[in-house]
Amino acid sequence: MTTANKTTKLVVAGNGMVGHQFLQSLADSGQLDNFEVTVFCEESRLAYDRVHLSAYFSGSSAADLAMGDAELYRSWGLNVLTGEKVTAIDRSSKTVTTDKATSLSYDKLVLATGSYPFIPPVPGHDRDQCLVYRTIDDLEAIEATAQKSKVGVVIGGGLLGLEAAKALTDLGMETHVIEFAPRLMAVQLDNGGGAMLRQKIEALGVKVHTGKNTQLIEDGSECFHRMNFADGETLETDLILFSAGIRPRDELAKQCDLELGERGGIVINNQCQTSDPDIYAIGECALWNKQIFGLVAPGYQMAKVAVSNLTQGNDQFTGADMSTKLKLMGVDVASIGDAHGRTPGSRSYTFVDERDEIYKKIVVSEDGKILLGAILVGDAEEYGTLLQYMLNGIHLPEYPDSLILPNRGDDAQTGLGVAALPETAQICSCHDVSKGDVRASLDGGCCTLGDVKGVTKAATGCGGCAALLTDLVNHELEEMGVEVNRDLCEHFPYTRQDLYNLIRVEEIKSFDELLAKYGKGHGCEICKPTVGSILASCWNDYILTEKNVSLQDTNDTFMANMQKDGTYSVVPRVPGGEITPDKLIVLGQVAKKYNLYTKITGGQRVDLFGARLEELPLIWAELVDAGFETGHAYGKSLRTVKSCVGSTWCRYGVDDSVGLAIEIEDRYKGLRSPHKIKFAVSGCTRECAEAQSKDVGIIATENGWNLYVCGNGGMKPRHADLFATDLDKETLIKYIDRLLMFYIKTADRLQRTSVWMENLEGGLDYLRDVIINDTLGLAEELEQQMSHVVGTYECEWKKTLEDPEALKRFRHFVNADETDSNIVFIEERGQVRPATPEEKIQPEPIKMVS
Amino acid sequence: MTTLNNWIDVCSQDDLVANSGVCALVNGEQVALFYLPEQEAVFAVGNYDPFGEANILSRGLIGSLGDALVVASPLYKQHFCLKTGRCLEEEGKSIKAWPARLNGTQVQLMPVKH
Repeated sequence: MTTANKTTKLVVAGNGMVGHQFLQSLADSGQLDNFEVTVFCEESRLAYDRVHLSAYFSGSSAADLAMGDAELYRSWGLNVLTGEKVTAIDRSSKTVTTDKATSLSYDKLVLATGSYPFIPPVPGHDRDQCLVYRTIDDLEAIEATAQKSKVGVVIGGGLLGLEAAKALTDLGMETHVIEFAPRLMAVQLDNGGGAMLRQKIEALGVKVHTGKNTQLIEDGSECFHRMNFADGETLETDLILFSAGIRPRDELAKQCDLELGERGGIVINNQCQTSDPDIYAIGECALWNKQIFGLVAPGYQMAKVAVSNLTQGNDQFTGADMSTKLKLMGVDVASIGDAHGRTPGSRSYTFVDERDEIYKKIVVSEDGKILLGAILVGDAEEYGTLLQYMLNGIHLPEYPDSLILPNRGDDAQTGLGVAALPETAQICSCHDVSKGDVRASLDGGCCTLGDVKGVTKAATGCGGCAALLTDLVNHELEEMGVEVNRDLCEHFPYTRQDLYNLIRVEEIKSFDELLAKYGKGHGCEICKPTVGSILASCWNDYILTEKNVSLQDTNDTFMANMQKDGTYSVVPRVPGGEITPDKLIVLGQVAKKYNLYTKITGGQRVDLFGARLEELPLIWAELVDAGFETGHAYGKSLRTVKSCVGSTWCRYGVDDSVGLAIEIEDRYKGLRSPHKIKFAVSGCTRECAEAQSKDVGIIATENGWNLYVCGNGGMKPRHADLFATDLDKETLIKYIDRLLMFYIKTADRLQRTSVWMENLEGGLDYLRDVIINDTLGLAEELEQQMSHVVGTYECEWKKTLEDPEALKRFRHFVNADETDSNIVFIEERGQVRPATPEEKIQPEPIKMVS
Repeated sequence: MTTLNNWIDVCSQDDLVANSGVCALVNGEQVALFYLPEQEAVFAVGNYDPFGEANILSRGLIGSLGDALVVASPLYKQHFCLKTGRCLEEEGKSIKAWPARLNGTQVQLMPVKH
């Protein structure tokens, strides 16, 4: 009711690669809440990777190709209807109608309807076993037909046609490619490149026929079809695949009178809006500046531009570079910019190696300073370098031909080093990632190529930039220097592990002492909490003593989790997820009294949101009174031990998982560590507690407990590894003691157990040696250290409530009783939530809650 | 920046937390006060975080980056110079800063127009 007038009804027609990217970008923008999104997907499958379609016949399944994910879409709150397509748009009433007679109104409509394969109107084109190559359904039809066929023909020798030819050879057919133009890939390649490609492809067994005009398809005598060409020749085949180009799916736009191009395509402006500003078109159905873009990267750019404009941004689509690099039947082919040398005055350099079947050409400007275009066949290693020369207008070396001539050792270092690229150089065109973005991700903590790909998405689209990205990442890491990189921060030239050892060995008890001996400056938000955590792990002092309090992040200082509006959330410990009705009632009463938003967490407890700083001690006084302890949800420490109900109640339970979970949670609660740690205990192999996704997972067996280690959920999920089997409880706890202490001792700051183990030389086996076989002779020491921490546990909240000095900090103003007037709540679904900035400045708030 | 008048009392030294921050209300404005006992210095900057749009800078960790004494926002970790209010990440999002001092056990601030 409070938000109904604020949400925009957004309908998206089409869920192909570009349609999916649109939804992804919308989710990335963080503004999904402002939209009520309905997506119509004509196919029965959600978006999948059409670029790698031929992989379907070389082992990939439909699931491997999938991009859209019903679960993900649901989590974004999208309403996605598969097998249903929009058939009509009424622009006056702003309504769409579908083939299932659904009628739905929209505020904004996005057309991502894509394209369809063009089928030349040759007589006989509609015969059985004449197919196209665009969808997974098409692939299934091809596969079915192939089973009764020996010979297959692809009509069209372009990029997609050759992909389709690969599919037919993978299916074991005698494959022909028929091309109307005098060469293969006529758009991207010149005669020399086309000829080289043809030679290489024919060597793979594909028969190529260029300059062929098909005039009639009729019954064959040997095979199902006979194709008749204008030159009088014929060819018999069982299967015909049309791949003669694409045409935009613009029928909806036509039906509702949107402006179309002369030869089809929905006309869009730089904002990707059609002639109706409330209707956007993106991807292959859209016509920008009289061009259709049949590649995925420009489609992705359009998707981002449309999202930007729907969310008050002002990104523009200003065309796209159509350079491509791909592997066709194992042959590297690339085409960059003005590959045909159509720019007046341009000159070219060509290199041909007939023995190794390599063709390379570059086109340079009249003055020889700028690269205009290039063609590479048989070896496309220089693609990344050449593309950057072209896109960034980087001046060419004195002898530009050195860029494509083979490097035969000596001193000839001709390629453009990644160091020479400007910050703005685009590395990944699919996801628009610049060199600057990659560097920022490295500065932000990425340490490996994998991290960078995960954070920036670079090289996760077509993959054409993978080599360049690798070079760049390696170069930047080298520049940073491994040593520099491992320093905790500018104040300590040591790793976390070094500092841990210094603190232990020299019995250092405070940050100031450590800084005076081993550091410089005043510390920062990186080293202070790290040292605070190590001090807590080693000596387990109360974190709010005078010397410790200034080391803690605000969450640790106030023992609650700061939320976006400066209020905090409160999570009492609920060991093993077991809670009495009376305690549950207390949680409800407290939440009600302080008007807190309540939500059940993934760790089987209750999170209470919206507590003001000054309310925290009042809330905790009531919780502690009722027997609750702090849940350490704010700390880098043990969070929860999740459990299933176990053998006590469950028909299948083998052992008492709840009992063990409570015992373990009580043992390790409050333990400070390099990162948060999560546990779970399952009472049988059905694994309802999801123990294998935890740092420490325990699963009951008929003979004891199996121990799993170093798993995690979150951004980069990892299954835990089976560490030891059929343990009795005593041994189990001994191993966990040692494991956790060894982790605390040796891990880097904010390094979860999974990454820690993967970085240990020897990995899991080494860890088993240390923990189980005690090869380092550390076991006893580790157990003692853990025993100290366990023995000195105290609830930080209980202690704080007894300390008037510590409580002084829990007030918003030290010199006034007022509260922070900037904290404003709005009611939604019967609870409070923080008001948005817009809601705060509205003269008459819809419904504010004080 | 022009001086309006002289030092005014804000709170007592007891209200401060060593090497950390608290928030005071001064003429209707939220001021974050940071106390560095080693230098016997108090710093006063605005409490409003222009990135997170919340009044929380007094709860940030303080330290140094190069030569600058800074507070790191507890929300998104941008750094603000304690002396000048300058934002190290984005100059355009700098915050207010006031001269502040310890006068005996009184914490004082000089109201200035920004």
